[in-house]
Amino acid sequence: MGRTLAEKVWDDHVVRRAEGEPDLLFIDLHLLHEVTSPQAFDGLRKNGRRVRRTDLTIATEDHNTPTLDIDKPIADPVSRTQLETLRKNCAEFGVRLHPLGDVEQGVVHVVGPQLGLTQPGMTVVCGDSHTSTHGAFGALAFGIGTSQVEHVLATQTLPMAPFRTMAVTVNGELPEGVTAKDLILAIIARIGTGGGQGYVIEYRGEAIEKLSMEARMTICNMSIEAGARAGMIAPDDTTFAYLEGREHAPKGADWDAAVEYWRTLRTDSGAVFDHEVVIEASELAPFVTWGTNPGQGAPLSASVPDPASFTDPSEKLAAENALKYMGLTAGQPLREIAVDTVFVGSCTNGRIEDLRAAAALLRGRKVADGVRMLVVPGSVRVALQAVEEGLDKVFTEAGAEWRHAGCSMCLGMNPDQLKPGERSASTSNRNFEGRQGKGGRTHLVSPQVAAATAVLGHLASPADLSDVREPAGV
Amino acid sequence: MEAFTTHTGRAVPLRRSNVDTDQIIPAHWLKKVTRDGFEDGLFEAWRKDEEFILNRPERQGATVLVAGPDFGTGSSREHAVWALQNYGFKTVISSRFADIFRGNSLKNGLLTVVLPQRTVDALWELTEADPTVEITVDLVARKVTAPGVEADFELDENARWRLLEGLDDISITLRHEEDIAAYEAKRPSFKPRTLTV
Repeated sequence: MGRTLAEKVWDDHVVRRAEGEPDLLFIDLHLLHEVTSPQAFDGLRKNGRRVRRTDLTIATEDHNTPTLDIDKPIADPVSRTQLETLRKNCAEFGVRLHPLGDVEQGVVHVVGPQLGLTQPGMTVVCGDSHTSTHGAFGALAFGIGTSQVEHVLATQTLPMAPFRTMAVTVNGELPEGVTAKDLILAIIARIGTGGGQGYVIEYRGEAIEKLSMEARMTICNMSIEAGARAGMIAPDDTTFAYLEGREHAPKGADWDAAVEYWRTLRTDSGAVFDHEVVIEASELAPFVTWGTNPGQGAPLSASVPDPASFTDPSEKLAAENALKYMGLTAGQPLREIAVDTVFVGSCTNGRIEDLRAAAALLRGRKVADGVRMLVVPGSVRVALQAVEEGLDKVFTEAGAEWRHAGCSMCLGMNPDQLKPGERSASTSNRNFEGRQGKGGRTHLVSPQVAAATAVLGHLASPADLSDVREPAGV
Repeated sequence: MEAFTTHTGRAVPLRRSNVDTDQIIPAHWLKKVTRDGFEDGLFEAWRKDEEFILNRPERQGATVLVAGPDFGTGSSREHAVWALQNYGFKTVISSRFADIFRGNSLKNGLLTVVLPQRTVDALWELTEADPTVEITVDLVARKVTAPGVEADFELDENARWRLLEGLDDISITLRHEEDIAAYEAKRPSFKPRTLTV
C-alpha cells in the first residue's frame, strides 16, 4: 500500500521506533520566540543541559514587540523583561536571534520561509500553534508546548504519537475575488474547530495547486483552527521556484539532490487517508466569521444565523454565547455589520501578496470616517519590499496607519489592542473572546475584504466597491 | 513532573464548549517568564462576573474541572495548563480536548480524562445537584467514579506509565542519545542550517 505525504516525511525522521512507545522523531528546524521559551531555557539551566543543535535553531522577537517607536525602550516593563530574557538566553546558549530592529526580525512564521529555512520534507516545530504554516512547503510542521520546546532544545527530537491523515481536496478553480483565506475559513466552517483533531491535513486538488506559496501558507496556517496539528501541501514547481536563490536554500549539487528528493514527496496513488473531505471551489464566495471561534463563519452574503437552527446542543449554546458576546442578532445581514477597526497583518495574512491585495483596493480611496485601519507587515523584509513598491504610501494616503513588523493586534500582547466593545475586521486567525483586547469583537476576513470593509465602514467584499470607484488598473 | 496515581475532589461544572486557551489564560499573562503565579489569570474575563461558576462559594477548593467538548482549543501556550494547576485543579474531564493542550497537560501531570458526553452530562447533573459530591479519577484502574457514575477511560500505556511514575521525558530520551547521534550522522547535506559552523 502506498504512503501519504505526511507518512513519508514522518518515516524519514524516525530516530527510534519501539513497540508500545511513541516514535522518536528528529526535528530539522526549531523556531523560537520570546513567549514560550523562557521556562524552557530555565529548565535546561536547572539540569545543566545545553542546546544540542544550535545550528538547527533560530529565534526572533514578535509577540510582544511594539509597532510604533521601536527605537525607544519598550514601555511595558513586563514585555521588556520577556524580550531581554530571550536575548540573554540566546546569548548564553549560542542561539541565532533576530531581535527588534534587526532586518530579519518579524513574525516567526514569516521569517522562516523568507530566509529559505523552511523546505520540503522537513520537520519544523515552534512553541506556537501556527507553526502549521510551514506545511505549505510539504514540511511536517506543528506547534508544541514549552515542555516540548525544552525537549527539542536538549535533544533535537520529540517523542510523538502517530497522527491520522485527512485529505481535503479542493476541486476546480476559485472564483474571481475569492482568496485562500475565504477557502480556509469555509473549510473550517465545514469540518468544525474539532474536526481535524488528531489529524494531519493534506490540502490537494486543482484549486490548491494553482495557489501561490504565500496563499498556501495562509491555508496551512489555519489548519490548527480546525483542530489539526499540521496541514501540508505537496511540494511542486511553485515551491521550488519560491525557494531557489533564498539565503538558506541548497546551492549547486545540493540543490539538485534536494529537488530530486523533494519530487518524491507526494502521496502515492494507492495511499489511503483516514478521512477525506471534498470541496468544490466554484461554490465558494468571500467568507467571514460572525462568532467567537473560527468555525463560526458564513459567506459574506449571508445573515447572522439563528442559534435555534443548530441541532447539536453544544453548538447551539456556543452560538447563543457568541451572539451575546459579539453584540449581534440572528437574521442581521453580515454586510450590515459596522466595524471601528480594520487590522491587516499576522502570520496568516501579513506577507507581501496580502499587502499588495489590500493596497490595490485602497489606491485612490479613503478609509471611512471613524474607522481605524492598522497595516502591520509580517516582517521587516516584507515592510521593506512594500516600501519599495510604494504600498506604504497607498496605505497612509488612504488614511491607514503603517506600522512596524510583529504579531501586533492578532493577539494584543503589545499596545495594539481593541477597547471593550470595539469591533474589528481582521486578517488574523482567531476570533476568540478578548483575543484582540479585552471585550473586543473580531470578524476574521481576507485582506481584500478587510480593505473593502475599511473603505465602506461595514463588512464588505471588493465587488461592493465598484460604485465607490473603479480599482486602479481595471 | 509530579506523579499522578489517583485523585478525589469536588468538581466545577463548566458548561461551555470550545473553551479556548485565550479564555483559560489571556495573552497578557504570557509575558511572565516563570511557570507559577498564573492562578489569578485563569478564566480572567469570566471571573469578573460574580455569578461565574468558579466564583461561587460552594466551588471553592474544587479540584476536578468538568468541561464541555473541545476544551483547550487555540494556541500552544503551556501557560493554560500551568494556570489550571496553579489554581488548584488536578484533573480535567471533557468529551474532547484539543491536541496540543492535551499533550501539554500530560507533560505537566495534569490528567486530562476523555469521557463520553453523556457521562460528562451525568457528572454535571450530579455536581450541580450537590456541589459537595466528590469525583475520583483513578489512573491506576483507569476509572472515574462518583455516586451513581462509574466510567472507564482510555489513556495510552506509555503516557500512563510516565504519569504514574512522574517521569521526565528528556531524561528518557537522553537514554537513546546514541540513536540520535546515528541519525544525525546520516542526514543529507542539503538540509539547511541556521548557523555556519
